[in-house]
Amino acid sequence: MFIALLIMLAQPPHAVPGEEAVAPYAASNANAGASPVSGRALFQTFGGKAGIDRIVAATVDASVADPRTSDIFKATDLVRLKRTLSEQVCFILAGPCDYTGRDMKTAHRDMGLQTEDLTALIEHLQVAMDIERVPFAAQNKLLAKLAPMKRVIVER
Amino acid sequence: MRALAFALLISAAAGPALAQDLRPSGKLLLTGGVSTVEGSGGGGLSTWATTTGYGEAAGIGANLHATKVELSDFSLTTYGAAVGIFDRVELSYARQYFDTQAAGAALGLGQGFTFGQDVYGVKVVVAGDAIFDQDRWLPQIAVGAQLKKSDQGAIVRAVGAEDDTGVDYYVAATKLLLDRSLLLNGTLRYTEANQFGLLGFGGREGASLQFEGSAAYLLSKRLAVGAEYRTKPDNLAFAGEDAALDIFAAYAVNKHLSVTAAYVDLGDIATFKDQRGLYLSLQAGF
Ligand code: HEM
Repeated sequence: MFIALLIMLAQPPHAVPGEEAVAPYAASNANAGASPVSGRALFQTFGGKAGIDRIVAATVDASVADPRTSDIFKATDLVRLKRTLSEQVCFILAGPCDYTGRDMKTAHRDMGLQTEDLTALIEHLQVAMDIERVPFAAQNKLLAKLAPMKRVIVER
Repeated sequence: MRALAFALLISAAAGPALAQDLRPSGKLLLTGGVSTVEGSGGGGLSTWATTTGYGEAAGIGANLHATKVELSDFSLTTYGAAVGIFDRVELSYARQYFDTQAAGAALGLGQGFTFGQDVYGVKVVVAGDAIFDQDRWLPQIAVGAQLKKSDQGAIVRAVGAEDDTGVDYYVAATKLLLDRSLLLNGTLRYTEANQFGLLGFGGREGASLQFEGSAAYLLSKRLAVGAEYRTKPDNLAFAGEDAALDIFAAYAVNKHLSVTAAYVDLGDIATFKDQRGLYLSLQAGF
């Protein structure tokens, strides 16, 4: 009981059960690294928050299983990654979400990510969006928001 | 002078490439364009600022292409190879055969007389990232040169060309407007090539600035449709030369195979009117 309380206290306020503790940081929507699109239509096209949750879970699971990128996720808290990534996509698609994760530079620091890793992730995201029947033109509106993050995520 | 400028461009190309370490890169389907009839990466007729191939092997991507254009009175066949290095440099080669078919006899050249040409190209990306810079207006910009050598020197001079060898210099700007699934390209080319160089270089005048533009709409990961327009010099006294245009569909079977089909209109060629027809190109690469 006491231990459980301690673990709960150590977790950031937005964490869900099963997440590991992270070093403190200031949560802000600015950390999402992109401004939201205008209008709610795109969020609906993605199937709302439930649709985004499924897309994010499928993308992360495929990236973890992909031999090109599996090593990168070896030590990753996948519960937290799915939650924060889903918040981020929801926020960018102008859904009713706040992004509570770290900024993109901090989150990917010292990971040595290359363009190829990003391409692999985007390919899995495209497949996941296809499965949710998000039309190609709508998919590209999300990808257009994510693409510039390459500059802080990928190391040269 | 021409050869020197070309050599300078090649060494400028090698510089940045060697400075980078050998790491893999990656690209999404169709984002590198297809192969032009001149061997460089782009649309079918116009060269883009993107480099060819998906760069899966240590940042180096390569492809082979074969293209057939069946016009009303002529046919053009090209084969070529191109290498893209670290998304920065592209080296290309194309071999073109322009078969005059029955028109050859009418022109006094003989039935099936064929003009051939070799095109050696180098392209260097100097700024921007067409795909990832979605929050900026700056397009991807590349400069390049194509050294062209006709293998019918005596004939092209006889029809009024000044030379059987020429160099095209170009600046290309390519931008993917991903939120609109639209890819745009504009290229300025300084050239004296008659009918791409197949009918030699120069004539009434020397080199001039020409424009080529393309727009492609991405319908899916695999399929893009679009149109291209390319102006050309008009330097041969015996026959007027027109701008070229096409509408195309490019389909990526996978990262290793793509097919491009187009309807092209090359205008009048060597006094034969309205040369239109089908363009089919296969590209295999990695
Ligand atoms: C535009 C593309 C990307 C976006 C939007 C994105 C988003 C995120 C988010 C929201 C987080 C969680 C931040 C937090 O924990 O506070 C995260 C962490 C992470 N990302 Fe990404 N990411 C992208 C690309 C990539 C790529 C290409 C890889 C590797 C293939 C990758 C691997 C990781 C890993 C391993 C973590 C966990 C870091 C840790 O545990 O500290 N990410 N990313």
